[in-house]
Amino acid sequence: MLSAILAFTALAAAFGLILGFAAVRFKVEGDPLVDKIDALLPQTQCGQCTYPGCRPYAEAIAKGEADINQCPPGGEAGIIALADLLGRDPKPLNARHGAVKPKMVAVIDEPLCIGCTLCIQACPVDAILGAAKQMHTVIEQECTGCELCVAPCPVDCIRMAPVQQDIRSWKWQAPLEAAGSHA
Amino acid sequence: MNAKLWRFPGGLHLSGHKTESTRLPTQRARLPKRLTLPLHQHIGAEAKPVVAVGERVLKGQVIARAEGYVSAPVHASSSGTVIAAGDFPVPHPSGLSAPCIVIETDGAEQWCERHPTPDYTAQDPSHLRNLIREAGIVGLGGAGFPSFIKLNPLGKTVDTLILNAAECEPYITCDDMLMRERAAEIIHGIRIMRHALHAAHCIIGIEDNKPEAYAALVRALRELRIDGIQVIQVPTRYPAGGEKQLIHVLTGREVPSNGLPVHIGIVCHNVATAAAVHRAVQLGEPLISRYVTITGPGVPEPRNLEVLLGTPMAELLQQCGADPSSIGHLVMGGPMMGFSVHTSSAPVVKTTNCLLAAEHAPAVQAAMPCIRCGACAEACPANLLPQQLYWHAHAKEFDKAQNYNLFDCIECGCCAAVCPSHIPLVQYYRYAKGEIWTREREKQKADVARARHEFRLARLAQEKAEREARHAQKKAELAGKNAPRETAPH
Repeated sequence: MLSAILAFTALAAAFGLILGFAAVRFKVEGDPLVDKIDALLPQTQCGQCTYPGCRPYAEAIAKGEADINQCPPGGEAGIIALADLLGRDPKPLNARHGAVKPKMVAVIDEPLCIGCTLCIQACPVDAILGAAKQMHTVIEQECTGCELCVAPCPVDCIRMAPVQQDIRSWKWQAPLEAAGSHA
Repeated sequence: MNAKLWRFPGGLHLSGHKTESTRLPTQRARLPKRLTLPLHQHIGAEAKPVVAVGERVLKGQVIARAEGYVSAPVHASSSGTVIAAGDFPVPHPSGLSAPCIVIETDGAEQWCERHPTPDYTAQDPSHLRNLIREAGIVGLGGAGFPSFIKLNPLGKTVDTLILNAAECEPYITCDDMLMRERAAEIIHGIRIMRHALHAAHCIIGIEDNKPEAYAALVRALRELRIDGIQVIQVPTRYPAGGEKQLIHVLTGREVPSNGLPVHIGIVCHNVATAAAVHRAVQLGEPLISRYVTITGPGVPEPRNLEVLLGTPMAELLQQCGADPSSIGHLVMGGPMMGFSVHTSSAPVVKTTNCLLAAEHAPAVQAAMPCIRCGACAEACPANLLPQQLYWHAHAKEFDKAQNYNLFDCIECGCCAAVCPSHIPLVQYYRYAKGEIWTREREKQKADVARARHEFRLARLAQEKAEREARHAQKKAELAGKNAPRETAPH
């Protein structure tokens, strides 16, 4: 009886030491879950999820403060990917955060631009080029379509235009289905 | 002739419809008033224009040069004047327009200076590859991959060069007629390819429904006294002309998933590409024309035409007795793998092997639910599970479809042809592939956006820190100036 208690106490102490050592030796910097969630987000940095960017939203999801259906640019595919990662059930996009829109890009009506730099300060990915009292322009390739530059413009010279489809970006659509073709 | 052959899984016996277009000899297509030459007629980067509107160009002159490694130049198919450069309708399943150069022909057919290299054996293989690249030659079987890349063994040993003469899709006969009429050109081209690859063996694989073409090749080999090129007839079964299928039938070797034939020591080219290689190297003529089959129920006089690239499809239909305005359904390629062209004003491009015209589109039967009969899996020549692919593509579970080797699907259409529920299976696979590619592109874009955003945050933080440091310094300076004044009265 006594020997059994002693043996288990010794074992517990030994494993405790090993675990304690491993916790220090193999400590993970940062939260890997946040990185994994962040990798699935579209990086639009639009703030529609009510968080100031994709990473803060990822952190909120990891902490359980935010739901997985608050990202309109990520769309249905984004929600499914998040649900897969977190082992939850997918749910429809929360309409309070906006609707899924086709991909857009900001366009500055350049003759109207007064060079106030407000849009440059608003752009989360530095996709607007310009200087004070100089005309600004959008680097189309880098624009994420977040719309954050539209509101600050005092002369309303920025509009969102759908991304033009060309032969390179064209893709086959899913076949149209007759009703009830899937049992 | 009695070589051992293997059998690929699945496949279908289809009615050939080939005799319609092989009754008449090949004719030259009439010179059109305008040639519309798309800058992107191949796999890879779009060619970059090097001529200006208003410039006079000669037949065979480069009008757009290759951009990057995987690309091909475009040449003027006839002499004339460049009258426009911009977006025009091109043969593409989207029906969208794409950048083209339009040449108004002058009828003179005046050639630019040609530089033939009759004795290719004295040339280094890399020089030959350059000649072939500069001639704009791409795979003429339909895929349009730049041929010089496939003639580069890249340090691997290529033991077998296979010439694809199977032409397994119904209706298409352009390779058949080319072999009947220009077998010697093909043989010369094969010898050049073989020289470039140092291939020990060389096999021409031809379906046994083309006895005339087979006889023409054998005769040409005998007359030219060339040894070491085998012509092997393979059983007619669709898709025996698929690259991986033909390799399997002829050698018994399987191209690995995600691999290329060169990984198992084999390179496969189309016979029409071989003829183009001969013309490029030994005659100095770039790729400016090709054989095109004009056939289908809407064509009164189906036949093959030798067509200058850039010729509007409508003119070819007219030459074969059809009224383009009465053609309601025009397909480029065959009935299994072709796609419908939205307008007959679209030009013939390097990959146009066949035009299939009908007055009306064939009736599409409504898709019914999948009954899990498994007929598609039996028909699949790539040993895939079409049902699972369909299921996952339909549910938008693209990664699962990918796990079922979606990208090994050659889109041959066998599964859809045998489906008793008429489910457009291939369209689901194309859709799934497109979505996967789009997601990959979007992921890359998101990574760039993340990096830019993080850089911006870091920059803002740094600016803030610098500003605070400056303020602190100023405060300290002010404090330093004020301090002595306060202490002065003492």
